[in-house]
Amino acid sequence: AFFWLVSLLLASLIWFVSVQLSDRDDSELQFALLGFGAAVSVLLQEVFRFAYFKLLKKADEGLATLSEDGRSPISLRQMAYVSGLSFGIISGVFSVINILADSIGPGIVGIHGDSPYYFITSAFLTMALVLLHTFWGVIFFDACERRRYWCLGLVVTSHLLTSGLTFLNPRYEASLVPIFILTLGTGLWAFCTAGGSYRNVLKCLSCKQEDDSRVMMYSALQVPSED
Amino acid sequence: MITFMNNSDSEEEPCNERTSLMSAESPSVPSYQDGLQASEAGEVQAHRKRRTGSSRSPNNIADGDMSDSGVPVRESTLENEEEELTLKYGAKHVIMLFVPVTLCMIVVVATIKSVRFYTEKNGQLIYTPFSEDTPSVGQRLLNSVLNTIIMISVIVVMTVFLVLLYKYRCYKFIHGWLILSSLMLLFLFTYIYLGEVLKTYNVAMDYPTLFLVIWNFGAVGMICIHWKGPLQLQQAYLIMISALMALVFIKYLPEWSAWVILGAISIYDLMAVLCPKGPLRMLVETAQERNEPIFPALIYSSAMMWTVGMAKPDTAARGPSQQTWDAAEDGGENHRSPSHADSQMSETRSPVPTRPITSFEEPEEEERGVKLGLGDFIFYSVLVGKAAATASGDWNTTLACFVAILIGLCLTLLLLAVFKKALPALPISITFGLVFYFSTDNLVRPFMDTLASHQLYI
Repeated sequence: AFFWLVSLLLASLIWFVSVQLSDRDDSELQFALLGFGAAVSVLLQEVFRFAYFKLLKKADEGLATLSEDGRSPISLRQMAYVSGLSFGIISGVFSVINILADSIGPGIVGIHGDSPYYFITSAFLTMALVLLHTFWGVIFFDACERRRYWCLGLVVTSHLLTSGLTFLNPRYEASLVPIFILTLGTGLWAFCTAGGSYRNVLKCLSCKQEDDSRVMMYSALQVPSED
Repeated sequence: MITFMNNSDSEEEPCNERTSLMSAESPSVPSYQDGLQASEAGEVQAHRKRRTGSSRSPNNIADGDMSDSGVPVRESTLENEEEELTLKYGAKHVIMLFVPVTLCMIVVVATIKSVRFYTEKNGQLIYTPFSEDTPSVGQRLLNSVLNTIIMISVIVVMTVFLVLLYKYRCYKFIHGWLILSSLMLLFLFTYIYLGEVLKTYNVAMDYPTLFLVIWNFGAVGMICIHWKGPLQLQQAYLIMISALMALVFIKYLPEWSAWVILGAISIYDLMAVLCPKGPLRMLVETAQERNEPIFPALIYSSAMMWTVGMAKPDTAARGPSQQTWDAAEDGGENHRSPSHADSQMSETRSPVPTRPITSFEEPEEEERGVKLGLGDFIFYSVLVGKAAATASGDWNTTLACFVAILIGLCLTLLLLAVFKKALPALPISITFGLVFYFSTDNLVRPFMDTLASHQLYI
């Protein structure tokens, strides 16, 4: 979360400077600068995700060398998941908490001509974004680990795409639906990257069999000693 | 006057009863299972050496250093184990401190956001006599700097006074001072707080009920903090009084003075703990020379209780309620005398008198928690509370400061694990917090607001 915040800080700095240097009255320009700021922010987020990956790798090596059996207590996949989740949470919270705070107070949504579905779509978009960050985290770390740079590029592109799609608000069918499709797709990709498969799901759902086999082995071991 | 005492890190001397209780217990320790105890004592001390002792702002005591006198030899042989265990349990200690700091901040932010009283300007403390209502920016800045100088010098004077009292063994005076200050916090400030909360939610309460509630709250608090009580209750009370103190500061410190004071106090903290002639460092060293605990009442201890042993063989026969009390007593004490083996405590906690001690060996490693001074809690909460109060109604700033402070705490604990001596907990966190506050308020907020108004997501 800290890394995400720092990236946001830098992006806001860049945007702020660009706004200060530009003409305030030109609304087209301001909107374009906003788009530019958003793109810079997305890129910086990915850069910091990479930096965090490097940091975690170092920590992982340190933990591995110090532990008894040469393996670190946390696997890289768990770290990837946690990192993605925390990026998602802080990003989602930053996007939505002011809206939530405002939603308590008295008011009418969209009275000035904006969409009356602002709150509900914000909620859905935030949810999609949180999930997406989690998935991107998993895919990103795995891609960095295995040096599959095309995966990295794809993650960055999909992030840019998501952010760009939100520019189509308030035409929600054009932005919300593709974003959700993207979320589902990225979710499946992350699931496969993390080692999941159809068989795994089935095995998980019918988890009793594994215990039975272990019990059988144990009793098989015990029989001779009892004799 | 009294408002300050908590702040100026009153290192407290344990009361006479407690020292006598402890010394009464310790001779009996060797009488029980000498062999087992000796080896375990050695191991425990080795663990303690490495244990992330304490990082606290005013009262920086490394728990590990307490046992320094005992076993330098063991340390060298167990160094590798130490490092590994440091890292392994370091995360646990970080979490153990995250929770109370977060709770304190939540209480403060919730109060600030809902109760109007704490954001209204109703005068200033006598420690900040210069007003900030001046028209020019330069004058305002000058006034806030002067306020800070006065405040910090009051803190320094108080701390030095306290250290002198401690050096010359005026324990009764210190103890009385601390009791008076916690009395005021627990009764007067709670009464005001409760009154304001009731006013905000328009709930009527009659005086007899109010008296009953406040009396019970305050009396139990006094007992928990200064004497014995369940560890979690004591922790809860310490969090509450830190939150109350922080609220008082947020209300009565003028805007710019508050920020300058936060910055100045982290610099002071850095110097007081790390400089050889710093008052806090002298305090820690004096306490270590005398092998005494420094602070029963003004340090938050996240440790579990299993240390000071009741080594008598019949302790196991005591009922479970006794066990909790004994356990709580240890929780209330900061000092774990090196001679006390943890095995003794585990003996008492066993419900079955005949259970062997070895079954409790593993939890031994878990007990030594981390200690953080209440001053740290207070200033962290002041920072986050001020962010919540003055950041244009924006939650992003509050959250950013919160994350920054926690990361600072994390880094401080990491440094503690590396250096293994008392460290100031304020500088890193407050620096991060201040940087994030000002940058989020001025840079990130317009960006996020503009994005949100177009419903854009990044």
